[in-house]
Amino acid sequence: MVHETLAATNAVVTLDVAIPDIFWGWYVTMNMWAKSIGTGLVFMLFLLLKKNPSEMNGLRTPVMITSFIFMNIFLVFTWLDLHQMWRMWHIFFYPHWTSAITVGAWMATLFVGLEFVMIAVMIRKEKCLLTKQPTVFFDKTLFWVTLLAIPVTLYTAGIMAEATARELWQMPTESAQMILAATLSGSAAIILLGGSKLSDETKNFFGAILGLSALMAFIIYMSEYIFGAMKAEEVAAILGYVKGDGEYATMFWIGQWVAYILPMILVALSRVSNSSSLLNLAAILAIVGLWVVKHVWLVIPQLLPMS
Amino acid sequence: MQLGFLVDLHLCMGCKGCEIACKVENEVPLSTWRLRVKYVDVGTFPETKRTFTPLRCNHCENAPCERICPVSALHYIDNGIVNIDKERCIGCAGCVMACPYGAIYIDPETQTADKCTYCAHRIASSMMPACVVACPVEANIFGDLEDPASNISRYIQDHRDVQVRKPEKGTNPHHYYVGAGQASLNPLASRREEGYNLFNNITTLPLGGHH
Repeated sequence: MVHETLAATNAVVTLDVAIPDIFWGWYVTMNMWAKSIGTGLVFMLFLLLKKNPSEMNGLRTPVMITSFIFMNIFLVFTWLDLHQMWRMWHIFFYPHWTSAITVGAWMATLFVGLEFVMIAVMIRKEKCLLTKQPTVFFDKTLFWVTLLAIPVTLYTAGIMAEATARELWQMPTESAQMILAATLSGSAAIILLGGSKLSDETKNFFGAILGLSALMAFIIYMSEYIFGAMKAEEVAAILGYVKGDGEYATMFWIGQWVAYILPMILVALSRVSNSSSLLNLAAILAIVGLWVVKHVWLVIPQLLPMS
Repeated sequence: MQLGFLVDLHLCMGCKGCEIACKVENEVPLSTWRLRVKYVDVGTFPETKRTFTPLRCNHCENAPCERICPVSALHYIDNGIVNIDKERCIGCAGCVMACPYGAIYIDPETQTADKCTYCAHRIASSMMPACVVACPVEANIFGDLEDPASNISRYIQDHRDVQVRKPEKGTNPHHYYVGAGQASLNPLASRREEGYNLFNNITTLPLGGHH
């Protein structure tokens, strides 16, 4: 706690050169957003396999290709965010295993590699060494890829936890938010991709996942918004950026409405009116809003003076 | 050996000689600083005073930057210094995010992370860091914390108001201050008014990168 308060000392910093920029900007937002969709689609495909395998036909390859594309968007923006991008190979040849960045890079590479193999098998319809049926190979591999998707989507929370300068980035809440971002965007993406291939019952199932993910993520954000400031003065100072009248206050609430509140309402309405259009709209809003929500939470802790 | 730094803020007069010596010694580019002297004005006119706080890498025993670096570019050397290998750095800025003291920056010329190394290259030649040599009032005290006879150890023993920055972070900094107050050590204890900074127009060199 501050013992000599501002009022007591009237202290004013007249000369300070804080780090003059936001270092992790929208490239990193793209990283988190695209990764959520990429891993979320795998979660949803696995759920579909367990819930109704007959509806997998015609969805395996397009869903996996979409996931692969978003995972590569995530990798490209991660790579572009490096100031020395051509040294990316150092992560593989000089790995430092205490770093969540290193662990995440290795796991994400393995994840994308497995996705590539699954897509290649499905497209070429080649008989796999392990099984005579490509779809059987796909479905068996999907289990392991789904398991791998859990740490792949969570490791960013580990990076943020290791970024100890930023009090708002706490591992427990960020982990929950990362997995909810994946289930939110994954369910939204599979609703849009599934189209007429999915039955109404299955769409409602994914709609329920979308709505519940939005609700739980919204609850966590509101909990931090309301109670976070009680824990530390640094958190209170950071939350000041989203509680004032500045651009981040507006952006924060736009994100909450577009990513969570409106999708929740639209999912509920779609169930009442049995409307696919409303569900599709909820899915689009959730995907768009997630970017805004992630960006605000990424940027505001970087505005806090460190010195 | 565990090298450490201590600044006696009672002595520091804000001449910024240490800043300039550091920039010259380490060829620190425009707009970036390995070592900065923060000015804080305390009180209301005419009852005012100005405090000076040299800020540099704390060379933490439990350094978050070392832990988060994916390629071991930030690493410990035998004397306890957290050094940086700029040839290995990939410029992910993880260390910039991890450091609770804002001590690490991205060098606009090399596009790699950089920070105070306690002038490790000078230490290797049995010389003192450039800022210690430049200080006209010997406010910068540098030495082996494990040697009870060293100047810095004796200074710590002789003074009761020895503090580190942000002890609650658990980083165990090897950089100490004597005579510091909350206004100088806590970034939230003072107001920062727009337009009153000396270096408003940050110059960044357009050499690669995107920031």
